[in-house]
Amino acid sequence: MANVPADLKYVASHEWIRVEADGTVTIGITDFAQESLGDVVFVELPEVDAEFEAEADCAVVESVKAASDIYAPLAGKIVAVNEDLVDAPEKVNEDPYGEAWFFRMELANPADLDALLDADAYTALCED
Amino acid sequence: MAKRTALYEKHLEANGKMVDFAGWDMPVNYGSQIEEHKAVRTDAGMFDVSHMTIVDVMGSDATDYLQKLLANDVAKLTEKGKALYSGMLNKDGGVIDDLIVYKADGGYRVVVNSATRAKDLEWMEANLRGFSNISLTERPELAMIAVQGPNAIAKVKQVKPESAVAVDGLKIFQGRPLADWFFARTGYTGEDGLEIMIPESDVAAFWQALVEGGVQPCGLGARDTLRLEAGMNLYGNDMSETVSPLQANMGWTIAWEPAGRDFIGREALEAEKAAGVANKLVGLVLEGRGIMRSHQKVIVEGVGEGEVTSGTFSPTLECSIAMARVPVGTGDSCFVDIRGKQIPAKVVKLPFVRNGKKVYEG
Repeated sequence: MANVPADLKYVASHEWIRVEADGTVTIGITDFAQESLGDVVFVELPEVDAEFEAEADCAVVESVKAASDIYAPLAGKIVAVNEDLVDAPEKVNEDPYGEAWFFRMELANPADLDALLDADAYTALCED
Repeated sequence: MAKRTALYEKHLEANGKMVDFAGWDMPVNYGSQIEEHKAVRTDAGMFDVSHMTIVDVMGSDATDYLQKLLANDVAKLTEKGKALYSGMLNKDGGVIDDLIVYKADGGYRVVVNSATRAKDLEWMEANLRGFSNISLTERPELAMIAVQGPNAIAKVKQVKPESAVAVDGLKIFQGRPLADWFFARTGYTGEDGLEIMIPESDVAAFWQALVEGGVQPCGLGARDTLRLEAGMNLYGNDMSETVSPLQANMGWTIAWEPAGRDFIGREALEAEKAAGVANKLVGLVLEGRGIMRSHQKVIVEGVGEGEVTSGTFSPTLECSIAMARVPVGTGDSCFVDIRGKQIPAKVVKLPFVRNGKKVYEG
Protein backbone atom coordinates (compact mmCIF):
# COMPACT_ATOMS: atom_id res chain seq x y z
CA MET A 1 0.00 0.00 0.00
CA ALA A 2 1.31 3.43 -0.96
CA ASN A 3 2.53 5.79 1.77
CA VAL A 4 0.34 8.92 2.18
CA PRO A 5 1.74 11.22 4.92
CA ALA A 6 -1.00 12.85 7.00
CA ASP A 7 0.71 16.26 7.17
CA LEU A 8 0.63 16.92 3.41
CA LYS A 9 -2.05 18.11 1.00
CA TYR A 10 -2.76 16.40 -2.33
CA VAL A 11 -4.35 16.84 -5.74
CA ALA A 12 -6.01 14.20 -7.90
CA SER A 13 -3.17 14.35 -10.45
CA HIS A 14 -0.91 12.78 -7.77
CA GLU A 15 1.18 15.76 -6.67
CA TRP A 16 1.70 16.42 -2.95
CA ILE A 17 1.88 19.94 -1.46
CA ARG A 18 3.63 20.95 1.77
CA VAL A 19 3.02 24.42 3.26
CA GLU A 20 6.31 25.87 4.53
CA ALA A 21 6.79 28.26 7.48
CA ASP A 22 7.33 31.21 5.12
CA GLY A 23 4.01 30.59 3.36
CA THR A 24 5.50 29.11 0.16
CA VAL A 25 4.53 25.58 -0.87
CA THR A 26 6.78 22.68 -1.86
CA ILE A 27 5.53 20.24 -4.52
CA GLY A 28 6.48 16.71 -5.44
CA ILE A 29 4.80 13.52 -6.70
CA THR A 30 3.28 10.91 -4.41
CA ASP A 31 4.46 7.44 -3.54
CA PHE A 32 1.47 6.09 -5.48
CA ALA A 33 2.58 8.08 -8.55
CA GLN A 34 6.21 6.94 -8.45
CA GLU A 35 5.05 3.35 -7.94
CA SER A 36 2.80 3.58 -11.02
CA LEU A 37 5.52 5.17 -13.14
CA GLY A 38 8.24 2.64 -12.32
CA ASP A 39 11.95 3.50 -12.52
CA VAL A 40 12.25 7.26 -13.05
CA VAL A 41 15.09 8.20 -15.41
CA PHE A 42 14.45 11.83 -16.42
CA VAL A 43 13.08 14.99 -14.85
CA GLU A 44 12.50 18.38 -16.50
CA LEU A 45 11.84 21.29 -14.12
CA PRO A 46 10.20 24.70 -14.66
CA GLU A 47 12.17 27.96 -14.75
CA VAL A 48 12.42 29.97 -11.53
CA ASP A 49 10.09 33.01 -11.69
CA ALA A 50 7.80 31.33 -14.22
CA GLU A 51 4.12 31.80 -13.40
CA PHE A 52 1.48 29.11 -13.85
CA GLU A 53 -2.25 28.79 -13.56
CA ALA A 54 -3.67 25.97 -11.46
CA GLU A 55 -3.51 22.61 -13.29
CA ALA A 56 -1.10 23.94 -15.94
CA ASP A 57 1.62 21.47 -16.91
CA CYS A 58 4.92 22.85 -15.69
CA ALA A 59 7.36 19.92 -15.39
CA VAL A 60 7.92 16.43 -16.83
CA VAL A 61 8.87 13.14 -15.25
CA GLU A 62 9.81 10.14 -17.38
CA SER A 63 10.20 6.56 -16.30
CA VAL A 64 11.72 3.86 -18.48
CA LYS A 65 8.28 3.12 -19.84
CA ALA A 66 6.53 6.50 -20.20
CA ALA A 67 6.53 10.29 -19.94
CA SER A 68 4.17 12.05 -17.57
CA ASP A 69 3.38 15.74 -17.01
CA ILE A 70 3.60 17.36 -13.58
CA TYR A 71 0.98 20.04 -12.93
CA ALA A 72 1.08 23.19 -10.86
CA PRO A 73 -1.49 22.26 -8.21
CA LEU A 74 -2.44 25.91 -7.66
CA ALA A 75 -1.83 29.23 -9.39
CA GLY A 76 1.42 30.95 -8.47
CA LYS A 77 5.06 31.68 -9.22
CA ILE A 78 8.01 29.26 -9.08
CA VAL A 79 10.49 30.45 -6.42
CA ALA A 80 12.87 27.44 -6.35
CA VAL A 81 13.51 24.19 -8.21
CA ASN A 82 15.34 21.07 -7.07
CA GLU A 83 18.29 21.00 -9.49
CA ASP A 84 19.76 17.94 -7.73
CA LEU A 85 16.86 15.90 -9.06
CA VAL A 86 17.98 16.45 -12.66
CA ASP A 87 21.17 14.47 -12.04
CA ALA A 88 19.57 11.91 -9.73
CA PRO A 89 16.03 11.25 -11.02
CA GLU A 90 16.01 7.86 -9.23
CA LYS A 91 15.41 9.84 -5.99
CA VAL A 92 11.79 10.12 -7.13
CA ASN A 93 11.45 6.37 -6.53
CA GLU A 94 13.60 6.30 -3.40
CA ASP A 95 12.36 9.31 -1.45
CA PRO A 96 9.28 10.88 -3.10
CA TYR A 97 8.33 13.02 -0.07
CA GLY A 98 11.84 14.07 0.91
CA GLU A 99 14.85 14.56 -1.33
CA ALA A 100 12.73 14.29 -4.47
CA TRP A 101 10.74 17.52 -4.13
CA PHE A 102 10.33 19.15 -7.57
CA PHE A 103 9.73 22.87 -7.03
CA ARG A 104 8.54 25.53 -4.60
CA MET A 105 5.81 28.09 -5.38
CA GLU A 106 4.55 31.35 -4.02
CA LEU A 107 0.79 31.06 -4.32
CA ALA A 108 -1.23 33.74 -6.08
CA ASN A 109 -4.02 33.04 -3.65
CA PRO A 110 -3.14 31.24 -0.39
CA ALA A 111 -6.84 30.64 0.27
CA ASP A 112 -6.74 28.16 -2.66
CA LEU A 113 -5.08 25.69 -0.26
CA ASP A 114 -8.46 24.95 1.30
CA ALA A 115 -9.57 23.26 -1.90
CA LEU A 116 -6.81 20.60 -1.78
CA LEU A 117 -7.35 16.99 -0.71
CA ASP A 118 -6.22 15.77 2.68
CA ALA A 119 -4.49 12.41 3.17
CA ASP A 120 -7.74 10.50 3.74
CA ALA A 121 -9.44 11.92 0.67
CA TYR A 122 -6.36 11.24 -1.48
CA THR A 123 -6.05 7.68 -0.17
CA ALA A 124 -9.70 7.05 -1.02
CA LEU A 125 -9.08 8.36 -4.53
CA CYS A 126 -6.10 6.03 -5.07
CA GLU A 127 -8.13 3.03 -3.93
CA ASP A 128 -10.87 3.62 -6.51
CA MET B 1 -11.88 -11.15 -19.24
CA ALA B 2 -8.19 -11.17 -20.07
CA LYS B 3 -6.55 -14.52 -20.74
CA ARG B 4 -4.08 -15.88 -18.20
CA THR B 5 -1.06 -18.09 -18.76
CA ALA B 6 -0.37 -21.13 -16.59
CA LEU B 7 2.12 -18.94 -14.69
CA TYR B 8 -0.42 -16.28 -13.63
CA GLU B 9 -0.37 -17.32 -9.95
CA LYS B 10 3.45 -17.34 -10.00
CA HIS B 11 3.47 -13.76 -11.26
CA LEU B 12 1.19 -12.65 -8.42
CA GLU B 13 3.34 -14.51 -5.87
CA ALA B 14 6.40 -12.60 -7.15
CA ASN B 15 4.52 -9.25 -6.91
CA GLY B 16 4.17 -8.93 -10.66
CA LYS B 17 2.39 -5.75 -11.72
CA MET B 18 -0.13 -7.13 -14.19
CA VAL B 19 -1.19 -5.25 -17.31
CA ASP B 20 -3.23 -6.08 -20.38
CA PHE B 21 -1.09 -7.17 -23.32
CA ALA B 22 -2.95 -8.17 -26.47
CA GLY B 23 -5.77 -9.59 -24.37
CA TRP B 24 -3.46 -11.36 -21.90
CA ASP B 25 -2.90 -10.46 -18.25
CA MET B 26 0.90 -10.22 -18.19
CA PRO B 27 3.51 -8.84 -15.75
CA VAL B 28 5.08 -5.52 -16.83
CA ASN B 29 7.58 -5.73 -13.95
CA TYR B 30 8.02 -7.32 -10.53
CA GLY B 31 9.36 -4.15 -8.85
CA SER B 32 12.22 -2.55 -10.75
CA GLN B 33 12.39 -2.92 -14.51
CA ILE B 34 16.01 -1.69 -14.48
CA GLU B 35 17.06 -4.39 -11.97
CA GLU B 36 15.38 -7.03 -14.15
CA HIS B 37 17.13 -5.69 -17.24
CA LYS B 38 20.51 -5.79 -15.51
CA ALA B 39 19.92 -9.33 -14.24
CA VAL B 40 19.62 -10.48 -17.86
CA ARG B 41 22.72 -8.55 -18.98
CA THR B 42 24.91 -9.80 -16.11
CA ASP B 43 23.43 -13.07 -14.80
CA ALA B 44 20.10 -14.71 -15.69
CA GLY B 45 16.50 -13.60 -16.00
CA MET B 46 13.33 -15.28 -17.25
CA PHE B 47 10.19 -14.22 -19.07
CA ASP B 48 6.81 -15.89 -19.35
CA VAL B 49 6.21 -15.93 -23.10
CA SER B 50 3.42 -18.50 -23.00
CA HIS B 51 1.10 -16.01 -24.68
CA MET B 52 3.03 -16.41 -27.94
CA THR B 53 1.35 -18.53 -30.59
CA ILE B 54 2.88 -21.88 -31.55
CA VAL B 55 1.68 -23.52 -34.77
CA ASP B 56 2.89 -26.88 -36.07
CA VAL B 57 2.98 -27.09 -39.86
CA MET B 58 3.10 -30.77 -40.78
CA GLY B 59 2.93 -32.91 -43.91
CA SER B 60 4.92 -33.53 -47.07
CA ASP B 61 3.82 -30.18 -48.56
CA ALA B 62 5.02 -28.19 -45.53
CA THR B 63 8.32 -27.14 -47.13
CA ASP B 64 6.70 -25.95 -50.38
CA TYR B 65 4.02 -24.13 -48.40
CA LEU B 66 6.48 -22.26 -46.16
CA GLN B 67 8.68 -21.45 -49.16
CA LYS B 68 5.69 -19.59 -50.56
CA LEU B 69 4.52 -18.09 -47.25
CA LEU B 70 7.83 -16.75 -45.90
CA ALA B 71 10.37 -14.25 -47.23
CA ASN B 72 13.22 -16.30 -45.79
CA ASP B 73 13.76 -19.79 -47.19
CA VAL B 74 13.11 -22.84 -45.01
CA ALA B 75 15.32 -24.83 -47.40
CA LYS B 76 18.20 -23.31 -45.39
CA LEU B 77 17.11 -25.53 -42.49
CA THR B 78 19.14 -28.56 -43.41
CA GLU B 79 19.18 -30.12 -39.95
CA LYS B 80 16.30 -30.99 -37.66
CA GLY B 81 15.96 -28.41 -34.86
CA LYS B 82 17.55 -25.57 -36.83
CA ALA B 83 15.67 -22.27 -36.59
CA LEU B 84 15.16 -19.40 -39.00
CA TYR B 85 13.87 -15.84 -38.47
CA SER B 86 11.55 -14.58 -41.20
CA GLY B 87 8.93 -12.05 -42.14
CA MET B 88 5.57 -13.25 -43.38
CA LEU B 89 4.61 -10.69 -46.02
CA ASN B 90 1.47 -9.60 -47.81
CA LYS B 91 1.32 -9.17 -51.59
CA ASP B 92 2.42 -5.53 -51.27
CA GLY B 93 5.55 -6.60 -49.42
CA GLY B 94 4.30 -5.32 -46.04
CA VAL B 95 5.08 -7.38 -42.94
CA ILE B 96 2.07 -9.31 -41.60
CA ASP B 97 4.24 -10.65 -38.78
CA ASP B 98 7.78 -11.71 -37.92
CA LEU B 99 8.30 -15.25 -36.68
CA ILE B 100 10.71 -18.06 -35.91
CA VAL B 101 10.37 -21.39 -37.72
CA TYR B 102 12.03 -24.60 -36.47
CA LYS B 103 12.53 -27.72 -38.53
CA ALA B 104 10.80 -30.65 -36.81
CA ASP B 105 9.99 -34.30 -37.41
CA GLY B 106 7.62 -34.41 -40.36
CA GLY B 107 7.40 -30.65 -40.78
CA TYR B 108 8.02 -27.36 -38.98
CA ARG B 109 7.11 -25.51 -35.81
CA VAL B 110 6.31 -21.81 -36.22
CA VAL B 111 6.18 -19.28 -33.36
CA VAL B 112 4.33 -16.03 -34.11
CA ASN B 113 3.37 -13.00 -32.02
CA SER B 114 0.34 -13.10 -29.74
CA ALA B 115 -0.92 -9.64 -30.69
CA THR B 116 -1.20 -10.76 -34.32
CA ARG B 117 -2.45 -14.32 -33.67
CA ALA B 118 -5.88 -14.04 -35.32
CA LYS B 119 -4.74 -12.39 -38.55
CA ASP B 120 -1.68 -14.66 -38.78
CA LEU B 121 -3.77 -17.82 -38.52
CA GLU B 122 -6.29 -16.47 -41.00
CA TRP B 123 -3.50 -15.65 -43.49
CA MET B 124 -1.80 -19.00 -42.98
CA GLU B 125 -5.07 -20.86 -43.56
CA ALA B 126 -6.05 -18.77 -46.57
CA ASN B 127 -2.74 -19.67 -48.23
CA LEU B 128 -3.20 -23.43 -47.82
CA ARG B 129 -5.01 -23.43 -51.19
CA GLY B 130 -3.15 -25.55 -53.69
CA PHE B 131 -1.47 -27.72 -51.04
CA SER B 132 -3.02 -31.05 -50.11
CA ASN B 133 -0.73 -32.92 -47.75
CA ILE B 134 -0.47 -30.33 -45.01
CA SER B 135 -1.93 -29.53 -41.59
CA LEU B 136 -1.78 -26.48 -39.32
CA THR B 137 -2.17 -27.24 -35.62
CA GLU B 138 -2.07 -24.59 -32.94
CA ARG B 139 -0.44 -25.74 -29.69
CA PRO B 140 -2.05 -23.68 -26.91
CA GLU B 141 -1.29 -26.42 -24.37
CA LEU B 142 2.40 -25.53 -24.58
CA ALA B 143 3.67 -22.86 -22.23
CA MET B 144 6.96 -21.10 -22.94
CA ILE B 145 9.67 -19.59 -20.73
CA ALA B 146 12.61 -17.59 -22.10
CA VAL B 147 15.64 -17.90 -19.79
CA GLN B 148 18.22 -15.33 -20.87
CA GLY B 149 21.60 -14.06 -19.76
CA PRO B 150 25.25 -15.14 -19.54
CA ASN B 151 24.40 -17.67 -16.78
CA ALA B 152 21.02 -18.72 -18.17
CA ILE B 153 21.99 -22.06 -19.69
CA ALA B 154 24.07 -23.09 -16.67
CA LYS B 155 21.17 -22.30 -14.34
CA VAL B 156 18.67 -24.26 -16.43
CA LYS B 157 20.98 -27.29 -16.32
CA GLN B 158 21.51 -26.89 -12.59
CA VAL B 159 17.75 -26.80 -11.95
CA LYS B 160 16.94 -29.59 -14.42
CA PRO B 161 20.07 -31.76 -14.84
CA GLU B 162 18.41 -34.10 -17.36
CA SER B 163 18.11 -31.11 -19.75
CA ALA B 164 21.86 -31.42 -20.45
CA VAL B 165 21.09 -34.09 -23.05
CA ALA B 166 19.10 -31.54 -25.06
CA VAL B 167 21.06 -28.39 -24.22
CA ASP B 168 24.73 -29.45 -24.41
CA GLY B 169 26.22 -28.68 -27.81
CA LEU B 170 23.15 -26.75 -28.92
CA LYS B 171 24.16 -24.12 -31.45
CA ILE B 172 22.70 -20.63 -31.62
CA PHE B 173 19.34 -20.77 -33.42
CA GLN B 174 18.99 -24.49 -32.90
CA GLY B 175 16.55 -26.47 -30.76
CA ARG B 176 16.12 -30.03 -29.48
CA PRO B 177 13.23 -31.88 -27.89
CA LEU B 178 13.42 -33.72 -24.58
CA ALA B 179 10.32 -35.91 -24.18
CA ASP B 180 7.45 -33.39 -24.57
CA TRP B 181 9.67 -30.36 -23.81
CA PHE B 182 11.58 -28.39 -26.44
CA PHE B 183 14.77 -26.41 -25.75
CA ALA B 184 15.88 -23.77 -28.27
CA ARG B 185 18.93 -21.52 -28.09
CA THR B 186 17.03 -18.41 -29.17
CA GLY B 187 15.80 -15.23 -27.53
CA TYR B 188 14.89 -11.57 -27.77
CA THR B 189 17.47 -9.93 -25.52
CA GLY B 190 20.87 -9.98 -27.25
CA GLU B 191 22.18 -12.42 -24.62
CA ASP B 192 22.79 -16.14 -24.73
CA GLY B 193 19.95 -18.25 -23.41
CA LEU B 194 17.09 -20.57 -24.12
CA GLU B 195 13.45 -20.45 -25.06
CA ILE B 196 11.82 -23.53 -23.59
CA MET B 197 8.43 -24.90 -24.63
CA ILE B 198 6.87 -26.85 -21.79
CA PRO B 199 3.54 -28.65 -21.29
CA GLU B 200 1.34 -26.33 -19.20
CA SER B 201 1.05 -28.93 -16.44
CA ASP B 202 4.83 -28.81 -15.82
CA VAL B 203 5.52 -25.12 -16.20
CA ALA B 204 4.71 -23.70 -12.74
CA ALA B 205 7.00 -26.17 -10.96
CA PHE B 206 9.84 -25.46 -13.38
CA TRP B 207 9.39 -21.67 -12.98
CA GLN B 208 9.49 -22.10 -9.19
CA ALA B 209 12.67 -24.19 -9.44
CA LEU B 210 14.29 -21.48 -11.58
CA VAL B 211 13.29 -18.81 -9.02
CA GLU B 212 14.92 -20.91 -6.29
CA GLY B 213 17.94 -21.37 -8.56
CA GLY B 214 18.46 -17.60 -8.63
CA VAL B 215 16.87 -16.71 -11.98
CA GLN B 216 15.22 -13.26 -11.83
CA PRO B 217 11.61 -13.08 -13.09
CA CYS B 218 11.41 -10.27 -15.67
CA GLY B 219 8.38 -8.51 -17.10
CA LEU B 220 7.37 -7.05 -20.44
CA GLY B 221 9.08 -3.75 -19.52
CA ALA B 222 12.55 -5.29 -19.33
CA ARG B 223 11.78 -7.41 -22.39
CA ASP B 224 11.25 -4.20 -24.36
CA THR B 225 14.41 -2.37 -23.19
CA LEU B 226 16.52 -5.51 -23.73
CA ARG B 227 15.27 -6.12 -27.27
CA LEU B 228 15.69 -2.45 -28.17
CA GLU B 229 19.30 -2.41 -26.94
CA ALA B 230 19.79 -5.60 -28.96
CA GLY B 231 18.43 -3.83 -32.08
CA MET B 232 15.57 -6.32 -32.48
CA ASN B 233 12.34 -5.13 -34.06
CA LEU B 234 9.01 -5.07 -32.27
CA TYR B 235 6.06 -5.87 -34.49
CA GLY B 236 3.64 -2.94 -34.71
CA ASN B 237 6.37 -0.42 -33.79
CA ASP B 238 9.37 -0.97 -36.05
CA MET B 239 7.59 -2.94 -38.76
CA SER B 240 4.01 -3.27 -39.93
CA GLU B 241 1.83 -4.23 -42.86
CA THR B 242 2.52 -0.88 -44.52
CA VAL B 243 6.31 -1.05 -44.22
CA SER B 244 8.46 -3.38 -46.26
CA PRO B 245 11.25 -5.43 -44.66
CA LEU B 246 13.71 -3.41 -46.80
CA GLN B 247 12.77 -0.35 -44.70
CA ALA B 248 12.76 -2.26 -41.41
CA ASN B 249 16.36 -3.48 -41.24
CA MET B 250 15.12 -6.94 -42.30
CA GLY B 251 16.79 -7.12 -45.70
CA TRP B 252 18.98 -9.94 -44.39
CA THR B 253 15.88 -12.07 -43.78
CA ILE B 254 14.83 -12.02 -47.44
CA ALA B 255 16.15 -15.02 -49.36
CA TRP B 256 16.37 -13.78 -52.98
CA GLU B 257 17.98 -17.00 -54.17
CA PRO B 258 16.84 -19.23 -55.75
CA ALA B 259 15.44 -16.58 -58.08
CA GLY B 260 12.56 -18.87 -59.06
CA ARG B 261 11.13 -19.13 -55.52
CA ASP B 262 7.92 -17.16 -55.74
CA PHE B 263 7.26 -16.15 -52.12
CA ILE B 264 4.36 -13.83 -51.31
CA GLY B 265 5.53 -10.22 -51.54
CA ARG B 266 8.51 -10.97 -53.80
CA GLU B 267 7.24 -9.01 -56.75
CA ALA B 268 6.56 -5.90 -54.65
CA LEU B 269 9.99 -6.08 -53.00
CA GLU B 270 11.74 -6.46 -56.35
CA ALA B 271 9.88 -3.43 -57.69
CA GLU B 272 10.78 -1.44 -54.56
CA LYS B 273 14.44 -2.39 -54.90
CA ALA B 274 14.47 -1.47 -58.58
CA ALA B 275 12.88 1.92 -57.88
CA GLY B 276 15.22 2.57 -54.94
CA VAL B 277 14.34 2.02 -51.30
CA ALA B 278 13.29 5.36 -49.74
CA ASN B 279 13.96 4.80 -46.04
CA LYS B 280 16.09 2.82 -43.65
CA LEU B 281 15.76 1.79 -40.02
CA VAL B 282 18.68 3.04 -37.92
CA GLY B 283 19.71 3.34 -34.31
CA LEU B 284 19.73 6.73 -32.54
CA VAL B 285 21.68 7.69 -29.43
CA LEU B 286 20.45 10.94 -27.88
CA GLU B 287 23.22 13.43 -27.21
CA GLY B 288 21.16 15.93 -25.21
CA ARG B 289 18.85 15.36 -22.27
CA GLY B 290 15.49 13.64 -22.58
CA ILE B 291 13.99 10.32 -23.59
CA MET B 292 13.08 9.45 -27.18
CA ARG B 293 9.65 7.83 -27.67
CA SER B 294 7.89 6.26 -30.63
CA HIS B 295 6.26 8.67 -33.15
CA GLN B 296 8.55 11.61 -32.33
CA LYS B 297 9.72 13.44 -35.43
CA VAL B 298 13.32 13.06 -36.64
CA ILE B 299 14.83 15.97 -38.55
CA VAL B 300 17.80 15.32 -40.84
CA GLU B 301 19.18 18.64 -42.04
CA GLY B 302 19.36 18.91 -45.82
CA VAL B 303 17.85 15.44 -46.26
CA GLY B 304 14.33 15.28 -44.85
CA GLU B 305 12.33 13.90 -41.97
CA GLY B 306 11.81 10.56 -40.31
CA GLU B 307 10.11 9.09 -37.26
CA VAL B 308 11.15 7.31 -34.08
CA THR B 309 9.63 3.82 -34.18
CA SER B 310 10.74 2.69 -30.68
CA GLY B 311 12.49 4.76 -28.02
CA THR B 312 13.44 4.33 -24.41
CA PHE B 313 16.07 4.83 -21.74
CA SER B 314 18.85 2.27 -22.07
CA PRO B 315 19.76 0.84 -18.66
CA THR B 316 23.07 -0.51 -20.05
CA LEU B 317 24.20 2.70 -21.79
CA GLU B 318 22.46 5.05 -19.30
CA CYS B 319 21.12 7.34 -22.01
CA SER B 320 18.17 7.41 -24.37
CA ILE B 321 18.31 5.14 -27.43
CA ALA B 322 15.82 4.61 -30.24
CA MET B 323 15.13 2.99 -33.56
CA ALA B 324 14.00 5.40 -36.24
CA ARG B 325 12.92 5.18 -39.86
CA VAL B 326 14.78 7.91 -41.77
CA PRO B 327 15.51 8.77 -45.43
CA VAL B 328 18.27 6.56 -46.92
CA GLY B 329 20.48 9.62 -47.41
CA THR B 330 20.72 10.21 -43.65
CA GLY B 331 24.29 10.53 -42.40
CA ASP B 332 25.60 10.19 -38.87
CA SER B 333 23.58 12.86 -37.07
CA CYS B 334 20.04 14.21 -36.75
CA PHE B 335 17.67 16.01 -34.38
CA VAL B 336 14.73 14.52 -32.54
CA ASP B 337 11.73 16.67 -31.70
CA ILE B 338 10.99 16.03 -28.01
CA ARG B 339 8.06 18.15 -26.81
CA GLY B 340 8.90 20.92 -29.24
CA LYS B 341 12.64 21.00 -28.58
CA GLN B 342 15.10 19.73 -31.17
CA ILE B 343 17.62 17.54 -29.37
CA PRO B 344 20.71 16.29 -31.24
CA ALA B 345 21.19 12.54 -31.73
CA LYS B 346 23.86 10.34 -33.25
CA VAL B 347 22.83 7.89 -35.98
CA VAL B 348 24.37 4.44 -35.42
CA LYS B 349 24.23 0.98 -36.88
CA LEU B 350 22.15 -1.49 -34.89
CA PRO B 351 22.48 -3.19 -32.45
CA PHE B 352 23.47 -1.05 -29.47
CA VAL B 353 24.36 -3.92 -27.10
CA ARG B 354 25.35 -7.58 -27.50
CA ASN B 355 26.35 -9.96 -24.72
CA GLY B 356 26.35 -7.25 -22.08
CA LYS B 357 28.56 -4.81 -24.01
CA LYS B 358 28.12 -1.69 -26.10
CA VAL B 359 28.83 -2.57 -29.75
CA TYR B 360 27.98 0.45 -31.92
CA GLU B 361 30.71 2.77 -33.17
CA GLY B 362 30.91 6.35 -31.96
